[in-house]
Amino acid sequence: MAVGPRVLEAAGLGGPGRHSRLREWWEREHVFGYGLIVPAIVLLVTLVAFPFGMAIYFSLSDYWVGSPGGFVGVTNYRDILANETFRQTVQNSFVFTIIAVALKIVLGVWLAMLLARNLPLKRVIRGIVLLPFVIPTALSTLAWLWMFDSLYSVVNWTAISLHLISAPGPNWLGQSTYAMTAVIVVNVWRGLPFFAITVLAGLMAVPREYLEAAEVDGAGSWGRFWHVTLPLIKPVLAVVILFSTIFTFGDFNIVQVLTRGGPINTTHLFATLAYQVGLQGGNLGQGAAISLFIFPLLALVVFFQLRYIRKE
Amino acid sequence: MIARSRGARIRSNVFAYANLAPYVFFVLFPFYFMVVTSFKSNAELYNLKSIPFWIQSGAIMDHYALLFQKTDFVTWMKNSLLVATVATTASVIISILAGYSLARLRFRGAGSFGTAVFITYLVPQTLLFLPLSQVVAWLGLSDSILALMITYPTFLVPFCTWLLMGYFRTIPREVEECALVDGATRMQTLWKVVLPMAVPGIICAVLFSFTLCWNEFTYALTFISQSANKTAVVGVTSDLIRGDIYFWGSLMAGALLASIPIVVVYVLFLDYYVSGLTAGAVKG
Repeated sequence: MAVGPRVLEAAGLGGPGRHSRLREWWEREHVFGYGLIVPAIVLLVTLVAFPFGMAIYFSLSDYWVGSPGGFVGVTNYRDILANETFRQTVQNSFVFTIIAVALKIVLGVWLAMLLARNLPLKRVIRGIVLLPFVIPTALSTLAWLWMFDSLYSVVNWTAISLHLISAPGPNWLGQSTYAMTAVIVVNVWRGLPFFAITVLAGLMAVPREYLEAAEVDGAGSWGRFWHVTLPLIKPVLAVVILFSTIFTFGDFNIVQVLTRGGPINTTHLFATLAYQVGLQGGNLGQGAAISLFIFPLLALVVFFQLRYIRKE
Repeated sequence: MIARSRGARIRSNVFAYANLAPYVFFVLFPFYFMVVTSFKSNAELYNLKSIPFWIQSGAIMDHYALLFQKTDFVTWMKNSLLVATVATTASVIISILAGYSLARLRFRGAGSFGTAVFITYLVPQTLLFLPLSQVVAWLGLSDSILALMITYPTFLVPFCTWLLMGYFRTIPREVEECALVDGATRMQTLWKVVLPMAVPGIICAVLFSFTLCWNEFTYALTFISQSANKTAVVGVTSDLIRGDIYFWGSLMAGALLASIPIVVVYVLFLDYYVSGLTAGAVKG
Protein backbone atom coordinates (compact mmCIF):
# COMPACT_ATOMS: atom_id res chain seq x y z
CA MET A 1 0.00 0.00 0.00
CA ALA A 2 1.36 3.38 -0.98
CA VAL A 3 1.52 5.81 1.87
CA GLY A 4 2.07 9.45 0.94
CA PRO A 5 4.22 11.78 3.04
CA ARG A 6 1.13 13.59 4.21
CA VAL A 7 -0.28 10.48 5.80
CA LEU A 8 2.99 9.81 7.57
CA GLU A 9 3.12 13.31 8.86
CA ALA A 10 -0.46 13.17 10.08
CA ALA A 11 0.48 10.08 12.04
CA GLY A 12 3.47 11.92 13.44
CA LEU A 13 5.87 9.42 11.89
CA GLY A 14 7.67 11.43 9.21
CA GLY A 15 8.87 13.94 11.75
CA PRO A 16 8.43 17.67 11.25
CA GLY A 17 12.03 17.97 10.03
CA ARG A 18 13.13 20.98 8.02
CA HIS A 19 13.60 18.87 4.96
CA SER A 20 10.13 17.43 4.85
CA ARG A 21 8.55 20.79 5.64
CA LEU A 22 10.43 22.28 2.72
CA ARG A 23 9.22 19.47 0.54
CA GLU A 24 5.65 19.99 1.64
CA TRP A 25 5.96 23.69 0.86
CA TRP A 26 7.35 22.90 -2.59
CA GLU A 27 4.46 20.52 -3.25
CA ARG A 28 1.87 23.28 -2.89
CA GLU A 29 0.31 24.10 -6.22
CA HIS A 30 1.02 27.82 -6.26
CA VAL A 31 4.57 27.48 -4.95
CA PHE A 32 5.39 24.82 -7.51
CA GLY A 33 3.71 26.94 -10.18
CA TYR A 34 5.79 30.01 -9.39
CA GLY A 35 8.90 27.88 -9.06
CA LEU A 36 8.62 26.50 -12.57
CA ILE A 37 8.26 29.87 -14.24
CA VAL A 38 11.19 31.47 -12.42
CA PRO A 39 13.82 30.55 -15.06
CA ALA A 40 11.65 31.92 -17.86
CA ILE A 41 10.87 35.10 -15.94
CA VAL A 42 14.52 35.70 -15.09
CA LEU A 43 15.46 35.30 -18.73
CA LEU A 44 12.71 37.52 -20.07
CA VAL A 45 13.27 40.23 -17.48
CA THR A 46 17.05 40.41 -17.91
CA LEU A 47 17.24 39.96 -21.66
CA VAL A 48 13.95 41.40 -22.95
CA ALA A 49 12.36 43.80 -20.46
CA PHE A 50 15.65 45.29 -19.26
CA PRO A 51 17.05 45.86 -22.79
CA PHE A 52 13.72 47.37 -23.73
CA GLY A 53 14.06 49.83 -20.87
CA MET A 54 17.62 50.48 -22.02
CA ALA A 55 16.43 51.16 -25.54
CA ILE A 56 14.13 53.84 -24.18
CA TYR A 57 16.93 55.30 -22.07
CA PHE A 58 19.37 55.24 -25.01
CA SER A 59 16.86 57.01 -27.19
CA LEU A 60 16.70 59.84 -24.64
CA SER A 61 20.47 60.20 -24.28
CA ASP A 62 23.45 60.99 -26.47
CA TYR A 63 24.91 57.53 -26.01
CA TRP A 64 27.62 56.53 -28.46
CA VAL A 65 29.35 53.18 -28.73
CA GLY A 66 32.06 53.27 -26.05
CA SER A 67 31.02 56.60 -24.54
CA PRO A 68 27.97 56.63 -22.30
CA GLY A 69 26.37 60.03 -22.66
CA GLY A 70 23.96 62.02 -20.59
CA PHE A 71 20.25 62.53 -20.72
CA VAL A 72 19.24 64.83 -23.58
CA GLY A 73 15.46 64.53 -23.57
CA VAL A 74 13.72 64.15 -26.89
CA THR A 75 16.60 65.61 -28.94
CA ASN A 76 17.17 62.32 -30.78
CA TYR A 77 13.53 62.08 -31.75
CA ARG A 78 13.50 65.70 -32.90
CA ASP A 79 16.65 65.10 -34.93
CA ILE A 80 15.45 61.98 -36.68
CA LEU A 81 12.01 63.42 -37.41
CA ALA A 82 13.71 66.33 -39.17
CA ASN A 83 16.00 63.97 -41.04
CA GLU A 84 15.25 63.36 -44.72
CA THR A 85 16.57 59.78 -44.61
CA PHE A 86 14.30 58.94 -41.70
CA ARG A 87 11.23 60.34 -43.43
CA GLN A 88 12.11 58.29 -46.47
CA THR A 89 12.39 55.24 -44.20
CA VAL A 90 8.94 55.82 -42.72
CA GLN A 91 7.49 56.01 -46.20
CA ASN A 92 9.43 52.92 -47.33
CA SER A 93 8.27 50.91 -44.32
CA PHE A 94 4.62 51.61 -45.01
CA VAL A 95 4.85 51.04 -48.76
CA PHE A 96 6.81 47.84 -48.20
CA THR A 97 4.54 46.47 -45.47
CA ILE A 98 1.23 47.35 -47.10
CA ILE A 99 2.09 45.99 -50.54
CA ALA A 100 3.88 42.88 -49.26
CA VAL A 101 1.16 41.93 -46.78
CA ALA A 102 -1.62 42.60 -49.32
CA LEU A 103 0.10 40.35 -51.86
CA LYS A 104 0.64 37.66 -49.25
CA ILE A 105 -3.02 37.74 -48.22
CA VAL A 106 -4.39 37.41 -51.75
CA LEU A 107 -1.84 34.89 -53.00
CA GLY A 108 -1.82 33.04 -49.69
CA VAL A 109 -5.57 32.47 -49.65
CA TRP A 110 -5.50 31.49 -53.31
CA LEU A 111 -2.66 29.06 -52.71
CA ALA A 112 -4.36 27.61 -49.63
CA MET A 113 -7.54 27.00 -51.66
CA LEU A 114 -5.52 25.08 -54.23
CA LEU A 115 -3.65 23.11 -51.59
CA ALA A 116 -6.88 22.20 -49.80
CA ARG A 117 -7.93 20.04 -52.75
CA ASN A 118 -7.39 16.37 -52.43
CA LEU A 119 -4.74 16.20 -55.13
CA PRO A 120 -2.39 13.35 -55.83
CA LEU A 121 1.12 14.42 -54.67
CA LYS A 122 -0.52 16.68 -52.10
CA ARG A 123 2.18 16.06 -49.50
CA VAL A 124 5.05 16.70 -51.88
CA ILE A 125 3.54 19.97 -53.06
CA ARG A 126 2.95 21.15 -49.50
CA GLY A 127 6.52 20.24 -48.65
CA ILE A 128 7.83 22.30 -51.56
CA VAL A 129 5.59 25.25 -50.77
CA LEU A 130 6.97 25.51 -47.23
CA LEU A 131 10.60 25.42 -48.36
CA PRO A 132 11.28 29.20 -48.54
CA PHE A 133 10.05 29.48 -44.98
CA VAL A 134 12.45 26.86 -43.66
CA ILE A 135 15.68 27.74 -45.48
CA PRO A 136 17.73 30.48 -43.78
CA THR A 137 16.35 33.72 -45.22
CA ALA A 138 19.70 35.45 -45.43
CA LEU A 139 21.04 32.59 -47.55
CA SER A 140 18.11 32.27 -49.92
CA THR A 141 18.19 36.05 -50.34
CA LEU A 142 21.74 35.60 -51.65
CA ALA A 143 20.29 33.63 -54.55
CA TRP A 144 17.94 36.53 -55.25
CA LEU A 145 20.84 38.96 -55.00
CA TRP A 146 22.57 37.02 -57.74
CA MET A 147 19.36 36.79 -59.79
CA PHE A 148 19.01 40.59 -59.60
CA ASP A 149 22.70 41.26 -60.37
CA SER A 150 23.27 44.49 -62.28
CA LEU A 151 25.13 42.78 -65.12
CA TYR A 152 24.33 39.07 -65.04
CA SER A 153 20.72 39.12 -63.86
CA VAL A 154 19.01 35.94 -65.03
CA VAL A 155 15.69 37.79 -64.91
CA ASN A 156 16.91 40.36 -67.40
CA TRP A 157 18.68 37.76 -69.49
CA THR A 158 15.43 35.85 -69.90
CA ALA A 159 13.37 38.94 -70.63
CA ILE A 160 15.90 40.15 -73.20
CA SER A 161 16.10 36.73 -74.85
CA LEU A 162 12.33 36.67 -75.14
CA HIS A 163 12.46 40.20 -76.59
CA LEU A 164 10.26 41.50 -73.79
CA ILE A 165 12.71 44.27 -72.93
CA SER A 166 15.74 45.75 -74.65
CA ALA A 167 19.27 45.25 -73.33
CA PRO A 168 20.61 45.88 -70.75
CA GLY A 169 17.28 45.92 -68.86
CA PRO A 170 16.57 47.44 -65.47
CA ASN A 171 19.26 47.62 -62.81
CA TRP A 172 17.09 45.90 -60.21
CA LEU A 173 18.93 46.86 -57.08
CA GLY A 174 20.28 50.15 -58.35
CA GLN A 175 17.09 52.01 -59.20
CA SER A 176 14.68 52.97 -56.45
CA THR A 177 11.36 51.62 -57.76
CA TYR A 178 12.92 48.41 -59.02
CA ALA A 179 14.81 47.92 -55.76
CA MET A 180 11.60 48.25 -53.75
CA THR A 181 9.92 45.82 -56.15
CA ALA A 182 12.76 43.35 -55.68
CA VAL A 183 12.64 43.58 -51.90
CA ILE A 184 8.87 43.06 -51.91
CA VAL A 185 9.13 40.08 -54.29
CA VAL A 186 11.64 38.36 -52.02
CA ASN A 187 9.57 39.12 -48.92
CA VAL A 188 6.47 37.66 -50.55
CA TRP A 189 8.45 34.65 -51.75
CA ARG A 190 9.64 33.99 -48.23
CA GLY A 191 6.43 34.86 -46.32
CA LEU A 192 3.79 33.28 -48.53
CA PRO A 193 4.22 29.71 -47.20
CA PHE A 194 3.32 30.85 -43.70
CA PHE A 195 0.10 32.41 -44.97
CA ALA A 196 -0.78 29.49 -47.19
CA ILE A 197 -0.19 26.75 -44.62
CA THR A 198 -1.93 28.56 -41.78
CA VAL A 199 -4.93 29.52 -43.89
CA LEU A 200 -4.98 25.95 -45.16
CA ALA A 201 -5.41 24.76 -41.58
CA GLY A 202 -8.34 27.16 -41.28
CA LEU A 203 -9.84 25.86 -44.53
CA MET A 204 -9.66 22.28 -43.32
CA ALA A 205 -11.93 23.26 -40.44
CA VAL A 206 -14.66 24.55 -42.78
CA PRO A 207 -17.44 21.94 -42.69
CA ARG A 208 -18.05 20.41 -46.10
CA GLU A 209 -21.79 20.41 -45.48
CA TYR A 210 -21.90 24.22 -45.51
CA LEU A 211 -20.25 24.36 -48.90
CA GLU A 212 -22.48 21.62 -50.27
CA ALA A 213 -25.57 23.32 -48.93
CA ALA A 214 -24.51 26.55 -50.62
CA GLU A 215 -23.91 24.64 -53.83
CA VAL A 216 -27.37 23.11 -53.67
CA ASP A 217 -28.75 26.60 -53.19
CA GLY A 218 -27.11 27.53 -56.46
CA ALA A 219 -24.08 29.47 -55.26
CA GLY A 220 -21.19 29.53 -57.73
CA SER A 221 -17.62 28.85 -56.64
CA TRP A 222 -16.98 32.58 -56.09
CA GLY A 223 -20.21 32.95 -54.12
CA ARG A 224 -19.32 29.96 -51.96
CA PHE A 225 -15.89 31.39 -51.28
CA TRP A 226 -17.18 34.88 -50.51
CA HIS A 227 -20.22 33.99 -48.41
CA VAL A 228 -19.24 30.70 -46.78
CA THR A 229 -15.48 30.09 -46.73
CA LEU A 230 -14.22 33.61 -46.13
CA PRO A 231 -16.39 34.39 -43.09
CA LEU A 232 -15.38 31.06 -41.56
CA ILE A 233 -11.64 31.53 -42.01
CA LYS A 234 -11.75 35.17 -40.92
CA PRO A 235 -10.41 34.50 -37.39
CA VAL A 236 -7.41 32.54 -38.69
CA LEU A 237 -6.81 35.12 -41.37
CA ALA A 238 -6.92 37.94 -38.82
CA VAL A 239 -4.24 36.29 -36.68
CA VAL A 240 -2.00 35.60 -39.67
CA ILE A 241 -2.35 39.16 -40.96
CA LEU A 242 -1.47 40.65 -37.59
CA PHE A 243 1.56 38.41 -37.22
CA SER A 244 2.76 39.00 -40.70
CA THR A 245 2.29 42.77 -40.45
CA ILE A 246 4.50 43.12 -37.41
CA PHE A 247 7.26 40.90 -38.79
CA THR A 248 7.18 42.44 -42.24
CA PHE A 249 7.38 45.87 -40.66
CA GLY A 250 10.35 44.80 -38.53
CA ASP A 251 12.11 42.97 -41.35
CA PHE A 252 15.89 43.16 -41.47
CA ASN A 253 17.42 40.15 -43.23
CA ILE A 254 16.08 40.62 -46.72
CA VAL A 255 16.83 44.32 -47.04
CA GLN A 256 20.21 44.02 -45.34
CA VAL A 257 21.38 41.30 -47.74
CA LEU A 258 19.71 42.63 -50.88
CA THR A 259 20.17 46.41 -50.83
CA ARG A 260 21.48 47.54 -47.42
CA GLY A 261 18.80 50.21 -47.63
CA GLY A 262 20.00 51.60 -50.98
CA PRO A 263 19.86 53.00 -53.57
CA ILE A 264 19.91 56.40 -51.83
CA ASN A 265 17.98 55.02 -48.82
CA THR A 266 14.92 54.12 -50.88
CA THR A 267 14.58 50.64 -49.37
CA HIS A 268 15.65 51.39 -45.80
CA LEU A 269 13.34 50.01 -43.13
CA PHE A 270 13.50 50.99 -39.45
CA ALA A 271 15.66 47.99 -38.59
CA THR A 272 18.25 48.50 -41.33
CA LEU A 273 18.46 52.24 -40.69
CA ALA A 274 18.83 51.59 -36.94
CA TYR A 275 21.63 49.14 -37.72
CA GLN A 276 23.40 51.64 -39.95
CA VAL A 277 23.06 54.60 -37.57
CA GLY A 278 23.40 52.77 -34.26
CA LEU A 279 26.06 50.17 -34.97
CA GLN A 280 27.94 51.13 -38.09
CA GLY A 281 27.69 54.83 -37.25
CA GLY A 282 28.04 54.23 -33.51
CA ASN A 283 25.21 56.59 -32.55
CA LEU A 284 23.36 54.25 -30.21
CA GLY A 285 21.01 56.98 -28.98
CA GLN A 286 19.62 57.75 -32.40
CA GLY A 287 19.72 54.13 -33.48
CA ALA A 288 17.60 53.12 -30.49
CA ALA A 289 15.17 55.93 -31.18
CA ILE A 290 14.78 54.71 -34.76
CA SER A 291 14.20 51.07 -33.83
CA LEU A 292 11.64 52.13 -31.21
CA PHE A 293 9.44 53.36 -34.03
CA ILE A 294 8.63 49.69 -34.62
CA PHE A 295 7.02 49.69 -31.19
CA PRO A 296 3.74 51.64 -31.78
CA LEU A 297 2.74 49.18 -34.48
CA LEU A 298 3.72 46.28 -32.24
CA ALA A 299 1.57 47.71 -29.44
CA LEU A 300 -1.37 48.06 -31.81
CA VAL A 301 -1.01 44.46 -32.98
CA VAL A 302 -0.75 43.20 -29.40
CA PHE A 303 -3.86 45.16 -28.52
CA PHE A 304 -5.89 43.58 -31.31
CA GLN A 305 -4.49 40.12 -30.62
CA LEU A 306 -5.40 40.27 -26.96
CA ARG A 307 -8.87 41.53 -27.68
CA TYR A 308 -9.34 38.74 -30.14
CA ILE A 309 -8.01 36.08 -27.76
CA ARG A 310 -10.26 37.33 -24.98
CA LYS A 311 -13.25 37.14 -27.29
CA GLU A 312 -12.31 33.60 -28.16
CA MET B 1 -22.22 14.46 -50.89
CA ILE B 2 -22.78 15.62 -54.42
CA ALA B 3 -21.58 13.02 -56.85
CA ARG B 4 -19.25 14.39 -59.46
CA SER B 5 -18.31 12.76 -62.67
CA ARG B 6 -14.81 11.45 -63.08
CA GLY B 7 -14.27 13.87 -65.91
CA ALA B 8 -15.21 16.87 -63.81
CA ARG B 9 -12.84 15.78 -61.08
CA ILE B 10 -9.95 15.32 -63.49
CA ARG B 11 -10.67 18.72 -65.02
CA SER B 12 -10.66 20.30 -61.59
CA ASN B 13 -7.33 18.64 -60.72
CA VAL B 14 -5.77 19.80 -63.96
CA PHE B 15 -6.95 23.31 -63.14
CA ALA B 16 -5.36 23.11 -59.69
CA TYR B 17 -2.05 21.80 -61.04
CA ALA B 18 -1.98 24.43 -63.77
CA ASN B 19 -2.33 27.11 -61.11
CA LEU B 20 0.14 25.54 -58.72
CA ALA B 21 2.82 25.03 -61.36
CA PRO B 22 3.89 28.69 -61.65
CA TYR B 23 4.08 28.96 -57.91
CA VAL B 24 6.12 25.79 -57.51
CA PHE B 25 8.46 27.17 -60.18
CA PHE B 26 8.68 30.51 -58.31
CA VAL B 27 9.54 28.67 -55.08
CA LEU B 28 12.10 26.30 -56.51
CA PHE B 29 13.89 28.39 -59.11
CA PRO B 30 16.17 30.28 -56.67
CA PHE B 31 17.33 26.96 -55.20
CA TYR B 32 17.86 25.43 -58.63
CA PHE B 33 19.79 28.50 -59.67
CA MET B 34 22.01 28.20 -56.58
CA VAL B 35 22.91 24.64 -57.54
CA VAL B 36 23.66 25.54 -61.15
CA THR B 37 25.76 28.57 -60.17
CA SER B 38 27.75 26.69 -57.57
CA PHE B 39 29.04 24.16 -60.13
CA LYS B 40 29.64 26.54 -63.02
CA SER B 41 33.07 27.84 -64.07
CA ASN B 42 33.70 31.55 -63.70
CA ALA B 43 34.36 31.83 -67.42
CA GLU B 44 30.83 30.65 -68.09
CA LEU B 45 29.22 32.51 -65.19
CA TYR B 46 30.54 35.84 -66.39
CA ASN B 47 29.85 35.35 -70.07
CA LEU B 48 26.74 37.26 -71.12
CA LYS B 49 26.40 35.09 -74.22
CA SER B 50 26.05 31.80 -72.36
CA ILE B 51 22.70 30.49 -71.24
CA PRO B 52 22.41 30.93 -67.46
CA PHE B 53 19.94 28.09 -66.84
CA TRP B 54 22.29 25.15 -67.09
CA ILE B 55 25.95 24.25 -67.30
CA GLN B 56 27.44 23.96 -70.76
CA SER B 57 31.18 23.74 -70.21
CA GLY B 58 31.23 21.05 -67.53
CA ALA B 59 30.57 21.10 -63.80
CA ILE B 60 33.47 22.07 -61.56
CA MET B 61 34.11 21.84 -57.82
CA ASP B 62 36.36 24.91 -57.57
CA HIS B 63 33.80 27.04 -55.75
CA TYR B 64 33.38 24.40 -53.08
CA ALA B 65 37.14 23.99 -52.81
CA LEU B 66 37.53 27.73 -52.22
CA LEU B 67 34.92 27.56 -49.50
CA PHE B 68 36.79 24.86 -47.59
CA GLN B 69 40.35 26.02 -48.25
CA LYS B 70 40.17 29.79 -48.19
CA THR B 71 37.40 30.48 -45.67
CA ASP B 72 36.45 29.32 -42.19
CA PHE B 73 33.37 27.55 -43.51
CA VAL B 74 33.86 24.40 -41.43
CA THR B 75 34.29 26.50 -38.27
CA TRP B 76 31.13 28.46 -39.09
CA MET B 77 29.16 25.26 -39.44
CA LYS B 78 30.54 24.01 -36.12
CA ASN B 79 29.63 27.32 -34.47
CA SER B 80 26.10 27.17 -35.84
CA LEU B 81 25.66 23.63 -34.64
CA LEU B 82 27.01 24.43 -31.19
CA VAL B 83 24.92 27.58 -30.75
CA ALA B 84 21.76 25.92 -32.02
CA THR B 85 22.22 22.85 -29.82
CA VAL B 86 22.94 24.74 -26.60
CA ALA B 87 20.30 27.43 -27.12
CA THR B 88 17.67 24.88 -28.11
CA THR B 89 18.35 22.58 -25.17
CA ALA B 90 18.26 25.40 -22.64
CA SER B 91 15.18 26.99 -24.16
CA VAL B 92 13.17 23.80 -24.41
CA ILE B 93 13.87 22.89 -20.79
CA ILE B 94 12.94 26.37 -19.54
CA SER B 95 9.83 26.30 -21.73
CA ILE B 96 8.67 22.88 -20.57
CA LEU B 97 8.72 24.11 -16.98
CA ALA B 98 7.06 27.44 -17.75
CA GLY B 99 4.58 25.98 -20.23
CA TYR B 100 3.43 23.29 -17.82
CA SER B 101 3.09 25.76 -15.00
CA LEU B 102 1.08 28.26 -17.03
CA ALA B 103 -1.11 25.65 -18.68
CA ARG B 104 -1.91 23.55 -15.66
CA LEU B 105 -1.19 24.99 -12.26
CA ARG B 106 -3.50 27.47 -10.57
CA PHE B 107 -1.80 30.39 -8.93
CA ARG B 108 -2.35 34.09 -8.81
CA GLY B 109 -0.93 35.90 -11.83
CA ALA B 110 -0.71 32.84 -14.11
CA GLY B 111 -2.92 34.54 -16.68
CA SER B 112 -0.85 37.72 -16.73
CA PHE B 113 2.38 35.73 -17.09
CA GLY B 114 0.85 33.91 -20.04
CA THR B 115 0.00 37.23 -21.64
CA ALA B 116 3.50 38.56 -20.95
CA VAL B 117 5.03 35.53 -22.64
CA PHE B 118 2.78 36.07 -25.62
CA ILE B 119 3.75 39.73 -25.91
CA THR B 120 7.48 38.99 -25.78
CA TYR B 121 6.86 36.42 -28.45
CA LEU B 122 5.63 39.19 -30.73
CA VAL B 123 8.67 41.44 -30.15
CA PRO B 124 10.83 41.31 -33.26
CA GLN B 125 14.59 40.86 -32.76
CA THR B 126 15.17 44.11 -34.57
CA LEU B 127 13.58 46.11 -31.78
CA LEU B 128 16.17 45.05 -29.20
CA PHE B 129 19.43 44.35 -30.99
CA LEU B 130 21.06 47.69 -30.11
CA PRO B 131 20.61 47.56 -26.32
CA LEU B 132 21.33 43.82 -26.33
CA SER B 133 24.66 44.47 -28.02
CA GLN B 134 25.52 46.65 -24.99
CA VAL B 135 24.31 44.04 -22.51
CA VAL B 136 26.48 41.50 -24.30
CA ALA B 137 29.45 43.89 -24.11
CA TRP B 138 28.93 44.44 -20.37
CA LEU B 139 28.86 40.71 -19.79
CA GLY B 140 32.18 40.52 -21.59
CA LEU B 141 30.72 38.30 -24.31
CA SER B 142 31.22 40.55 -27.34
CA ASP B 143 32.43 38.65 -30.34
CA SER B 144 31.82 35.25 -28.76
CA ILE B 145 29.33 32.54 -29.64
CA LEU B 146 28.34 32.56 -25.97
CA ALA B 147 26.60 35.86 -26.69
CA LEU B 148 24.34 34.04 -29.15
CA MET B 149 23.73 31.12 -26.80
CA ILE B 150 22.35 33.43 -24.13
CA THR B 151 20.40 35.79 -26.40
CA TYR B 152 18.70 33.25 -28.67
CA PRO B 153 16.54 31.92 -25.82
CA THR B 154 14.93 35.38 -25.64
CA PHE B 155 12.92 34.58 -28.75
CA LEU B 156 12.91 30.78 -28.39
CA VAL B 157 11.46 30.60 -24.87
CA PRO B 158 8.32 32.67 -25.59
CA PHE B 159 7.65 30.65 -28.72
CA CYS B 160 8.26 27.22 -27.16
CA THR B 161 6.34 28.09 -24.01
CA TRP B 162 3.37 29.20 -26.08
CA LEU B 163 3.55 26.07 -28.23
CA LEU B 164 3.93 23.68 -25.28
CA MET B 165 1.14 25.30 -23.29
CA GLY B 166 -1.18 24.22 -26.09
CA TYR B 167 0.11 20.65 -25.92
CA PHE B 168 -0.07 20.39 -22.14
CA ARG B 169 -3.68 21.54 -22.20
CA THR B 170 -4.63 18.58 -24.39
CA ILE B 171 -3.43 16.06 -21.79
CA PRO B 172 -6.30 14.89 -19.56
CA ARG B 173 -6.02 16.26 -16.04
CA GLU B 174 -7.13 12.94 -14.49
CA VAL B 175 -3.84 11.28 -15.41
CA GLU B 176 -1.89 13.77 -13.33
CA GLU B 177 -4.34 13.64 -10.47
CA CYS B 178 -4.03 9.86 -10.31
CA ALA B 179 -0.26 10.11 -10.08
CA LEU B 180 -0.49 12.72 -7.31
CA VAL B 181 -2.97 10.66 -5.35
CA ASP B 182 -0.63 7.69 -5.66
CA GLY B 183 2.00 9.68 -3.83
CA ALA B 184 4.16 10.93 -6.67
CA THR B 185 5.65 14.37 -6.15
CA ARG B 186 4.66 17.12 -8.55
CA MET B 187 8.06 17.01 -10.22
CA GLN B 188 7.81 13.25 -10.71
CA THR B 189 4.34 13.69 -12.16
CA LEU B 190 5.60 16.26 -14.65
CA TRP B 191 8.66 14.23 -15.52
CA LYS B 192 7.27 10.69 -15.69
CA VAL B 193 3.60 11.16 -16.53
CA VAL B 194 3.06 14.43 -18.37
CA LEU B 195 6.24 14.67 -20.44
CA PRO B 196 5.95 11.28 -22.15
CA MET B 197 2.49 12.33 -23.30
CA ALA B 198 3.75 15.65 -24.63
CA VAL B 199 6.52 14.17 -26.78
CA PRO B 200 5.09 15.35 -30.13
CA GLY B 201 4.90 18.89 -28.78
CA ILE B 202 8.45 18.71 -27.49
CA ILE B 203 9.76 17.42 -30.81
CA CYS B 204 7.98 20.30 -32.48
CA ALA B 205 9.52 22.81 -30.07
CA VAL B 206 13.00 21.36 -30.59
CA LEU B 207 12.66 21.44 -34.38
CA PHE B 208 11.47 25.01 -34.52
CA SER B 209 14.04 26.21 -32.02
CA PHE B 210 16.86 24.55 -33.89
CA THR B 211 15.69 26.01 -37.19
CA LEU B 212 15.23 29.49 -35.75
CA CYS B 213 18.73 29.39 -34.22
CA TRP B 214 20.38 28.10 -37.34
CA ASN B 215 18.65 30.74 -39.49
CA GLU B 216 19.08 33.69 -37.13
CA PHE B 217 20.82 36.60 -38.81
CA THR B 218 20.30 39.89 -36.92
CA TYR B 219 21.98 39.05 -33.62
CA ALA B 220 24.67 36.92 -35.20
CA LEU B 221 25.59 39.79 -37.52
CA THR B 222 25.46 42.37 -34.73
CA PHE B 223 27.31 40.62 -31.91
CA ILE B 224 30.07 38.84 -33.82
CA SER B 225 32.85 40.37 -35.87
CA GLN B 226 35.73 37.88 -35.95
CA SER B 227 35.49 35.44 -38.81
CA ALA B 228 36.29 32.40 -36.65
CA ASN B 229 33.32 33.15 -34.36
CA LYS B 230 30.69 33.61 -37.05
CA THR B 231 27.76 31.31 -37.63
CA ALA B 232 27.25 29.71 -41.03
CA VAL B 233 24.55 32.13 -42.16
CA VAL B 234 26.54 35.25 -41.30
CA GLY B 235 29.87 33.82 -42.44
CA VAL B 236 28.58 32.97 -45.90
CA THR B 237 26.76 36.27 -46.38
CA SER B 238 29.66 38.43 -45.21
CA ASP B 239 33.01 36.77 -45.87
CA LEU B 240 32.47 35.86 -49.50
CA ILE B 241 31.78 39.43 -50.49
CA ARG B 242 34.97 41.47 -50.43
CA GLY B 243 34.20 45.11 -51.16
CA ASP B 244 32.75 45.09 -54.64
CA ILE B 245 33.88 41.58 -55.45
CA TYR B 246 31.27 38.87 -55.11
CA PHE B 247 32.46 35.28 -55.23
CA TRP B 248 29.18 34.16 -56.74
CA GLY B 249 30.06 30.52 -57.23
CA SER B 250 31.29 30.10 -53.67
CA LEU B 251 28.47 32.25 -52.27
CA MET B 252 25.93 29.89 -53.78
CA ALA B 253 27.93 26.81 -52.75
CA GLY B 254 28.08 28.09 -49.18
CA ALA B 255 24.40 29.03 -49.11
CA LEU B 256 23.52 25.52 -50.31
CA LEU B 257 25.75 23.64 -47.89
CA ALA B 258 24.67 25.77 -44.93
CA SER B 259 21.02 25.09 -45.76
CA ILE B 260 21.43 21.33 -46.04
CA PRO B 261 21.20 20.50 -42.31
CA ILE B 262 17.91 22.38 -42.10
CA VAL B 263 16.53 20.76 -45.25
CA VAL B 264 17.39 17.28 -43.97
CA VAL B 265 15.67 17.91 -40.65
CA TYR B 266 12.75 19.45 -42.47
CA VAL B 267 12.24 16.53 -44.84
CA LEU B 268 12.39 14.05 -41.96
CA PHE B 269 9.90 15.92 -39.80
CA LEU B 270 7.63 17.69 -42.29
CA ASP B 271 4.43 16.95 -40.40
CA TYR B 272 5.77 18.39 -37.18
CA TYR B 273 6.63 21.60 -38.98
CA VAL B 274 3.14 21.93 -40.36
CA SER B 275 1.52 21.28 -36.99
CA GLY B 276 3.88 23.66 -35.21
CA LEU B 277 3.26 26.37 -37.76
CA THR B 278 -0.46 26.20 -37.41
CA ALA B 279 -0.42 25.74 -33.64
CA GLY B 280 2.00 28.45 -32.70
CA ALA B 281 1.72 30.73 -35.73
CA VAL B 282 5.47 31.12 -35.97
CA LYS B 283 7.15 34.40 -36.75
CA GLY B 284 7.05 34.97 -40.47
